[in-house]
Amino acid sequence: MSYTIQGATGPWEVVVGLEVHAQVISRSKLFSGAATAFGAEPNSQVSFIDAGFPGMLPVINRECVAQAVRTGLGLKAQINLWSRFDRKNYFYADLPQGYQISQYAHPIVGRGSVEIELSDGSRKTIGIARLHLEQDAGKSLHDQHPTKSFIDLNRSGVALMEIVSEPDMRSPEEAGAYLAKLRQILRYLGTCDGNMDEGSMRADVNVSVRRPGEGFRTRCEVKNVNSVKFVMQAVEAEARRQIEVWESGGEVEQETRLFDVARGITRSMRSKEDAHDYRYFPDPDLPPLVLDPAWVEELKASLPELPDERRARYIAMGLSAYDAHVLTLERETAAYFEEVAQGRDPKLAANWVTGELFAALNRMKRDITDPPVSARHLGELLDLIADETISGKIAKDVFEIMLETGEAPRAIVESRGLKQVKDSSAIEAAAAQVLAAHADKVAEYRAGKEKLFGFFVGQVMKAMQGKGNPALVNEVLRKLLG
Amino acid sequence: MSKPTDLTIAAARAALARREISAVELTRACLDAIARLNPRLNAFITITAESALRQAEESDRRIAQGMARPLEGIPLGIKDLFCTAGVRTTAASRILGNFTPPYESTVTAHLLRDGAVFLGKLNLDEFAMGSSNATSAFGPVENPWSRANDPETRLVPGGSSGGSAAAVAARLVLGATATDTGGSIRQPAAFCGVAGIKPSYGRCSRFGIVAFASSLDQAGPIARDVRDCAILLRSMAGFDPRDSTSADLPVPDFEAAVERGVAGLRIGIPREYRMEGMPAEIEALWQQGIAWLREAGAEIVDVSLPHTKYALPTYYIVAPAEASSNLARYDGVRFGAREEGEDLRDLYERTRAAGFGAEVRRRILIGTYVLSAGYYDAYYLKAQQVRALIRRDFEQAWERCDALLTPATPTAAFALGEKTEDPVAMYLNDVFTVPANLAGLPGMAVPAGLDAQGLPLALQVIGRPFDEETVFAVAGVLERAADFRATPRLIA
Repeated sequence: MSYTIQGATGPWEVVVGLEVHAQVISRSKLFSGAATAFGAEPNSQVSFIDAGFPGMLPVINRECVAQAVRTGLGLKAQINLWSRFDRKNYFYADLPQGYQISQYAHPIVGRGSVEIELSDGSRKTIGIARLHLEQDAGKSLHDQHPTKSFIDLNRSGVALMEIVSEPDMRSPEEAGAYLAKLRQILRYLGTCDGNMDEGSMRADVNVSVRRPGEGFRTRCEVKNVNSVKFVMQAVEAEARRQIEVWESGGEVEQETRLFDVARGITRSMRSKEDAHDYRYFPDPDLPPLVLDPAWVEELKASLPELPDERRARYIAMGLSAYDAHVLTLERETAAYFEEVAQGRDPKLAANWVTGELFAALNRMKRDITDPPVSARHLGELLDLIADETISGKIAKDVFEIMLETGEAPRAIVESRGLKQVKDSSAIEAAAAQVLAAHADKVAEYRAGKEKLFGFFVGQVMKAMQGKGNPALVNEVLRKLLG
Repeated sequence: MSKPTDLTIAAARAALARREISAVELTRACLDAIARLNPRLNAFITITAESALRQAEESDRRIAQGMARPLEGIPLGIKDLFCTAGVRTTAASRILGNFTPPYESTVTAHLLRDGAVFLGKLNLDEFAMGSSNATSAFGPVENPWSRANDPETRLVPGGSSGGSAAAVAARLVLGATATDTGGSIRQPAAFCGVAGIKPSYGRCSRFGIVAFASSLDQAGPIARDVRDCAILLRSMAGFDPRDSTSADLPVPDFEAAVERGVAGLRIGIPREYRMEGMPAEIEALWQQGIAWLREAGAEIVDVSLPHTKYALPTYYIVAPAEASSNLARYDGVRFGAREEGEDLRDLYERTRAAGFGAEVRRRILIGTYVLSAGYYDAYYLKAQQVRALIRRDFEQAWERCDALLTPATPTAAFALGEKTEDPVAMYLNDVFTVPANLAGLPGMAVPAGLDAQGLPLALQVIGRPFDEETVFAVAGVLERAADFRATPRLIA
């Protein structure tokens, strides 16, 4: 069932396209050698180029170009071997050159696609229209002084990828899923860290509504939305606003809007009439960017495994679709899982990572990048289960001790005598004691109450502090009761 | 021996090597000449006497140690469009205020590397926009030449490198750096009776040169003769990874090409350069040049550059468009002069209104207009297409000839204030020089004669891309044939 919003006059379909600005992971800026690290002292990472000083010239950073190409390949997109940088001219205090260098007419990456998965398990392909490289502007701080604005140029010149989708999304969920998937892909590729709260990724959301079956109506752009949740909220809020306008006999005006997170509504920022005339023209300081096809092939060959491929591989390994999905959401989780599963039963590894480990992370409010139990230790624990040194049940106790102490599982099992008892005479002795103590129940069992068998197993395990080998306990009891 | 300031660079180099003169003596002679004549000529915006003498002392030490570099102890003037570390750089504009760059342009860094002595920063048209040096915020430069029958009328030195050409002609410096976007080296060199070459686009790095129109700007030398230009260009040129448009090519020994001669060369005479209303003296000089080259063994061929008449209008779209964007950074926020305002927009408007002169404002307006939505296709895009046709004209000409010979300017130097009311008449100064910028070709002005009023006239040699050597060879022949020895009235 497709998503619609019920208006006063009938159902409305929502049409969404996203322009995502993703900061490129690179040591230095797009056209200068200045550093890009987040959180540095204001204006401490600024070259004369970034500050727009007289006579300074841009020189393209090869690594930023490689990152854009990798991203394009990860989005299954066309790589344009010839692209060009244009100047987007406008005045602002945090734009030192008076223009932004951006690929307006000839982007480095053309059409591609992203596959999203929705909560009902269905999948949908969202088209990518283009990806281009551009410089970020600096940052204006208006709250530091009663009458003055402060400028921090650390971001000025940092490389951004603008990734423009087709207007292929039809619901807030699809928009959210697209942004999440895009972020996942970029993080897998290592081309953007996806830290939306640090501004490494931000989305401009284009929204319009229409009657089912109609062509596109006028859209509005909601600027700078910085989380998956807010994108979903912004889509819905803006769609509802537009429906109200249309239904009250008005006309939606093309404009740029802002999402007011606190009030959950969008507000007008500037209308089409106020739109800048950016006077784009080819930057004469930069020759066209021409890529060697062999270099692109090299980048392609060295591309890491992407989430969709990895997910498929996990399913082929025997994991459930759900586990495969959860384990591939973050590249770091998948890496952790793979270390645990290396040379072991993948299903068991998946159960432990998505079960005990995820629960522990939740409880301790920690991240997979900072796990309380290392993948190596968890793997060792699985080995102890596999070679029957301990039972699965004892393993859970061992895991708790690992969480608390950080000790290696083998050391815990050794020092606390948790090793499974596989000596059948010891089990026989314990079983004989249990049966002797519960003679009444033995009689009931023998009279046909067979489900009491489980009770005897439990009593024997309890007597052995859980260390009895479960298979042997079963075997011994059957023999004694048989 | 003649006066130190009479020495060419080649002669000074020899005299220094033979210890007939010291670098300090040479520098002092120049500084004395500057002190005497600059108040009248206004060729310098900033004089760096103290550091010049320090550099000269260092040069003398090096010469004494036998460690002289290629330009050791040669006193030069630097057009004030080149950023010089620790020395105020103005672009002859109020808007740069007391801007003192903490960095050195690549071209001046090359000259310093080779041991040159910098006497100071030379006047120019504001942001290199002009053909008379009258748009400078630091006042006009006077041409050291004057009309024989009218010595009182002050003449312009041409522009935008008017300070460079005037300082070389009046012998305040042995040579000067200059830049050429539409003729700013060749036209003032022609007006002042000195030599100047705009090399191929990409030959000299633009790093650290205040940008006017990035796709056209190119640095080059102005000097007393062709050989001196060759000596200076060899130091100034070279690949620079900090300029993405700089050419990664070896720098030839240009000086060696000066004596090469023209025997067997085919010299093209572009028929479209024969303009209606061109003074007969210019036409006669051109014919004289043709005769000299033919006598020296060159083959003269008639060639056509059919899109020549569109070059000037094309230039006056492309150059202002780029300038309007390049000059956006002068906003009063980070450096240079600032006029405080009510808010950011007011600060921009006041700063830029007070900081830019009328000609710069005019070009920013033209440039903004031709790039605007709705006009871009009709102006900027069309101009780019015509530019490609002009480039193709030259490519086709190179199939028939090795270099082109044209007049350098349509007139001799005019009087200060004569064309300031009519910008189009002023723009016509560049009619012969602009095509080489649009096509990225090397072009050189060589003094070749005097007009009836005793003012210098020059010929222009245009060459293939990165074939400055042939340009120097042809210019060398013209120079020897012309044997131009006239000197201006104001001279050290």
